[in-house]
Amino acid sequence: MNLLRTTLDNGLKVLIRESHAAPVVSVWAWYRAGVRNEHLGVTGISHWVEHMAFKGSARWPEGSADQAIAREGGVFNGMTWYDFTTYYETLPAHKISLALDIESDRMHNIVFEPEAVESERTVIISERQGNENSPLFLLGEEVAAAAYRVHPYGHETLGHLCDLQTMTRDTLYHYYQRYYTPSNAILAIAGDFNTGEIERLAERYFGSIATGPQVPPVGAIEPPQRGERRVIVEGAGQTDYLNVAFHIPEARHEDFFALTVLNAVLGGAAGFLVGGGAVTNHTSRLYRALVDKEFAIDVGGSLMSTVDPGLYQLTATAWPGRALADVETALWTEIERLQTSPVTPPELEKAQRQARALFAYASESATQQAFWLGYSEIFADYGWFTRYLDKLAAVTADDVQRAAQIYLRPQNRTTGWYLSKK
Amino acid sequence: MYKHKTTLSLPGPDDVLRQTLPNGLTLLVRENFASPTVVVSGYVNAGAADVPRDKIGLAGFTTDVMERGTHTRSFAQLYEEVESIAASFGLESGIHTTSFGAKGLAEHLPLLLDILNDVLRHPAFEKEQVEKARAEILTDIQERENDTQRMAALMFRELAYPEAHPLHWSQTGYNATISRLTRDDLAQFHAQFFAPQDAVIVVVGAVKAAVAAQAITDTFGAWQANRPPYPVLPPVPKLTERREKRLTIDDKTQSDLILGWPGPARLDPDFVPCFVANTVLGVFGMYGRLGKIIREANGLAYYVYSHIEGGKAPGPWRVIAGVNPANVDKTVTLIIQELHRIRDKRVSKDELNDSQSFLTGSLPLQLETNEGVAHALLNIERYNLGLDYLQRYTEMITAVTAPQVQDVAQRWLDPDHYALAVAEPSTS
Repeated sequence: MNLLRTTLDNGLKVLIRESHAAPVVSVWAWYRAGVRNEHLGVTGISHWVEHMAFKGSARWPEGSADQAIAREGGVFNGMTWYDFTTYYETLPAHKISLALDIESDRMHNIVFEPEAVESERTVIISERQGNENSPLFLLGEEVAAAAYRVHPYGHETLGHLCDLQTMTRDTLYHYYQRYYTPSNAILAIAGDFNTGEIERLAERYFGSIATGPQVPPVGAIEPPQRGERRVIVEGAGQTDYLNVAFHIPEARHEDFFALTVLNAVLGGAAGFLVGGGAVTNHTSRLYRALVDKEFAIDVGGSLMSTVDPGLYQLTATAWPGRALADVETALWTEIERLQTSPVTPPELEKAQRQARALFAYASESATQQAFWLGYSEIFADYGWFTRYLDKLAAVTADDVQRAAQIYLRPQNRTTGWYLSKK
Repeated sequence: MYKHKTTLSLPGPDDVLRQTLPNGLTLLVRENFASPTVVVSGYVNAGAADVPRDKIGLAGFTTDVMERGTHTRSFAQLYEEVESIAASFGLESGIHTTSFGAKGLAEHLPLLLDILNDVLRHPAFEKEQVEKARAEILTDIQERENDTQRMAALMFRELAYPEAHPLHWSQTGYNATISRLTRDDLAQFHAQFFAPQDAVIVVVGAVKAAVAAQAITDTFGAWQANRPPYPVLPPVPKLTERREKRLTIDDKTQSDLILGWPGPARLDPDFVPCFVANTVLGVFGMYGRLGKIIREANGLAYYVYSHIEGGKAPGPWRVIAGVNPANVDKTVTLIIQELHRIRDKRVSKDELNDSQSFLTGSLPLQLETNEGVAHALLNIERYNLGLDYLQRYTEMITAVTAPQVQDVAQRWLDPDHYALAVAEPSTS
């Protein structure tokens, strides 16, 4: 693979992957600023700053960057998650300078006009309200809050409504100044170019930005959970949902790979976040035990790949007329089976085969390639991604059983019910 | 000045293999060895338009069960084969057609074709699977009733389209119709309407075109069946009044609204100028003019955009927004204001150029993946646009003039006669 990994003098990490499959380039600027860096009173600040980063600078007044990218046929967006905020542009390859210009400007020149902050406050609240319309959002928010009582991962990216109502312009701006610095950022570029030329362009656009202050360390450590936690959300509708969350280690931890295989066997192989392909999970153990047996309409699992210990979540939609208690019992039976006997060789082989195909799907476009360059660097390093298949291939049935015994204990889980009023 | 290396090769007559088999199935293949994967995409001409009024939802129900087992592959066997190689496949029913598709590693193309052929031609319609699919659909309908976006979409159809037209109705169906459909209804619908005539299959990926074409021919060539003549849909009249429907749903915090009209069909001569007008109105940059006034200037909505569907039907042209309940009326006022603006004042040369260069410049991105190319080829075939369509696309888009944009806006975007559907929280 044609990959260059370098660091500019100001601390900006730059990852460049050259590929000539299509005349397209994707540029991603990543900041270590996410839910992980927030605390009560300013929950949702990373996401709000992301919105503000589209509200303009002296060089690129509001709307002008969006239009310049669109004029070239490009696409752009931003997103905020547990450990990061990121922005990207995917463009015809010869327009790469435009993306670098916009992202270098975004790193230090956003103005945060007070009127723009107020106008965006209602947009952010509207985004939160749109999510609140979904029963699964309401349930997920309660389950995460119960699972974490110390670590910031327990609150939603969108933040609490009271914080969105009260946060000030200056608070947002100071957060931006503190976290949007070269030494807290990663620039990931993939596509159709010459690596040496792109390295020079990265230096030209980003090299003169001041290093900036050190970001405050995150000291929060979630204490061990000492017994099952349970939450109930009641709301409109006629459908009940179950959401169970287990604490798991951070993505760098060796057990993360055993848990990835465990999830493939239990809930079905998961795809890779940005585009690519997905597989159905109709041969997974939970589908067979819950859906085939008419306890649930659907079921699935997801692992958080994060800097600090995350969650493994299982979600099921109850079969019409089925009590959530019955769905739970069927679920616990399958988990006990994983804990008491090893997964079979064919199950292990299937999980590893699926991982190989999903990995290929996840690297098809420049956008996906640049995403993985930056994302893996956030929670580990790009080697995590390139070694991913080897790590999964090394997982044994014993590893999976041991992971089930350690992490899927009842004492380590938070169980949430969404009970519809019917 | 930086120079990139790769030139965009637009799929066209020179590198797309196209053949029509004696049974009426047309195949198209384009090679792409950039990644070791392959995408299969296609359609047969069976859809909601073939379904009588008392069986609404039958087409979708049928395809759901077709995915659940064949005469030689049980549900478990089917998914064991597909999932064990991390491939995927699926069917989806539309108004006129049922789409099918599959994705996997290129080495598995013969198996993917075999599975698609099997589910399209030999579905078992086992009673147990019929009941499981029914439960899934009924749950989905329950979830829809608690979903503001989906309910707004459903009400919009009812307001904008006459009852005699399939676009008036939910394609998923309704509790009453899904509950009473029988296994025989499904099997009969399949036997009557699934046929290779005028069907299309596209393969894009890391496989030699001649090899893929032969594999398709070997797999689907023996399919012999005929369907009845295509239904003639009633005309969709323009709206001559303002139709509004509001629905409250408990425990919600945001309102979703859809304002729009039946739009031009894809082959209507107005479609291309309308497509450009729609880009100006609610797409370009951050949701076009609508985004600028409603999201950026007034902070009223997290999302607001416009969308023109085209289609054979003809599909709707809609403005879609999610707003705080207190801002619904203000948002509607601003939407109407923007409709007046695009009708009353000719779009400037610069603004028109912006939208045109967005539409033409985004071709390389749309055609970067196998899925993107397959989608484009399928559309070309669906509307008989000609294999050189993508090569003519830029010329066609840039030929649209400001007077044309204004003309179609005046004829299609009626600010006095429209359908408005709002699903919102109860105020109590």
